[in-house]
Amino acid sequence: MLKVENLDVRYGAIRAVNGISLEVNKGEMVALLGANGAGKSSTLLAVAGALKAASGRILLDGEDITALPPERIVRRGIAMVPETRDVFPDLTVMENLRLGGYIHRHDGQGNSEDLARVMDLFPILKERGEQAAGTLSGGEQQQLVIARALMSRPRLLLLDEPSLGLAPKIVDQIFALIDQMRSMDITILLVEQNATQSLQLADRAYVLSLGQVAASGKASEILKATDIKAIYLGQETRKKKKKSRKR
Amino acid sequence: MSQLLQFTIDTLSLGSLYALMALGLVIVYGILRLVNFAYGELIMVAGYTLYLLSASPVPWLFMAFTAVLMSIFAGIATERVAFRPVREKSVTAVLITSFAFSTLLQNAALLFISPRARVVPLPDVFSQTVEIAGAVVPLRNILTILCAVLLLAGFALLLKKTVLGIALRAAASQFRMARMLGVPANLVISVAFAISGFFAGIVAIFWLGRIGSVLPGIGLGPLLVAFIATVIGGMRSLLGAVVGGYLLAFIDVSLAHLLPSNLLQFRDAFTFTLVIFILLWRPDGLVRGPATGQRT
Repeated sequence: MLKVENLDVRYGAIRAVNGISLEVNKGEMVALLGANGAGKSSTLLAVAGALKAASGRILLDGEDITALPPERIVRRGIAMVPETRDVFPDLTVMENLRLGGYIHRHDGQGNSEDLARVMDLFPILKERGEQAAGTLSGGEQQQLVIARALMSRPRLLLLDEPSLGLAPKIVDQIFALIDQMRSMDITILLVEQNATQSLQLADRAYVLSLGQVAASGKASEILKATDIKAIYLGQETRKKKKKSRKR
Repeated sequence: MSQLLQFTIDTLSLGSLYALMALGLVIVYGILRLVNFAYGELIMVAGYTLYLLSASPVPWLFMAFTAVLMSIFAGIATERVAFRPVREKSVTAVLITSFAFSTLLQNAALLFISPRARVVPLPDVFSQTVEIAGAVVPLRNILTILCAVLLLAGFALLLKKTVLGIALRAAASQFRMARMLGVPANLVISVAFAISGFFAGIVAIFWLGRIGSVLPGIGLGPLLVAFIATVIGGMRSLLGAVVGGYLLAFIDVSLAHLLPSNLLQFRDAFTFTLVIFILLWRPDGLVRGPATGQRT
């Protein structure tokens, strides 16, 4: 479904992503792991069109979407849930959700059905409907951004650190929701700090280090083979990279 | 009593103009974080449209309508010429291009029309007065207030109730996120400039109604007023722009009443001193804007 080939992303002179290639098949859930600054978020933002790729290609169903602006990419069925939990703080929860369905605004009935479904999935949002989104708690905001992304009827959902800064109980809740979304025929590319928990859910995983893919494979294998802590310290993975080069 | 009424109506009518000017500036600033320095020239464009139409036999309302339309058009043109080509490359560049576009429009007026003031056509109602509870008030001032109230209410409704309005507000706080939800950047920005042009056009009608004529440099005053009003009110808040506009008018009108006549010519110095004090007290302006978002 999604194919990223030799992606480079730069912030000025700094290379955040340095030749990453990865693939997400339809119906899969793929996790991107790695330490801070490994290039996970930049990869997602580039797929969503919010960052321009310096080189490389991004293909969706075989079509090149590398140069498309974000507003066009969401129309192709890719929705982004950014790490920064970008709710629109001055808009009410309902207005946030309404904007989530922006690309289907001419389909009023479909939008209200989506809204009803999302409210079922996230009952707290119904309760908070008329409240300004900026006044919600972190967990509620996370639910709101996920719900808002679902309003665009995505085929591929990009989730950037959905558990960041949340209490463990809420994190479990969020992961349960992510699992639920898989049953809704949504393909998921997930970036997470919480490696163990995401590897338990994911089908496959890529471990990134310094802007490159350091390891990849089935989630269960990665979970077994890799010292999870080392992913974040970045030592083990660097050794692996050397090994793979020899091969 | 009648003096108080006079004062209130003066303040409200001047404040209405200031508020609309400020709104036109801040709607663009809110989204792009860039001041459109060619904003004053939108007022000039509307003014010259009125002047050029003055010889034609069409009714005045049609002239005014065309003038506002031209101002909207000039607003959109500003975006296309001065902002869009350089927007994503450099902030400094946009600063320069918007100055350049402003100068270009002014020079075009100098070259093709005249450096001297040109009389604009005005309807009779603009020169009539009414007596309310002993105070003699120009009818024009009452019209200004009514028009501003209608526009502000309509604008608030647009922002609250329509998807486009919600998208505009969203883009003002998190532009990139709004784009990732499918709100096209160019659409939002063009709409912001069109609204900016619309407000400038309406302001031009009433502003020129006070002055009676149009000059190539007519835009500088309103630009400065709009800029100061938004700075007092809070650069990033639409409500702030309105509050700032009315407050600035209150200061202006109060000083006009209070200052002895030999100091009256220094009124601006007093106004700006007060503005400095307001900013020392509230450096971010009176009304806080939405939580910060990234630039494009």
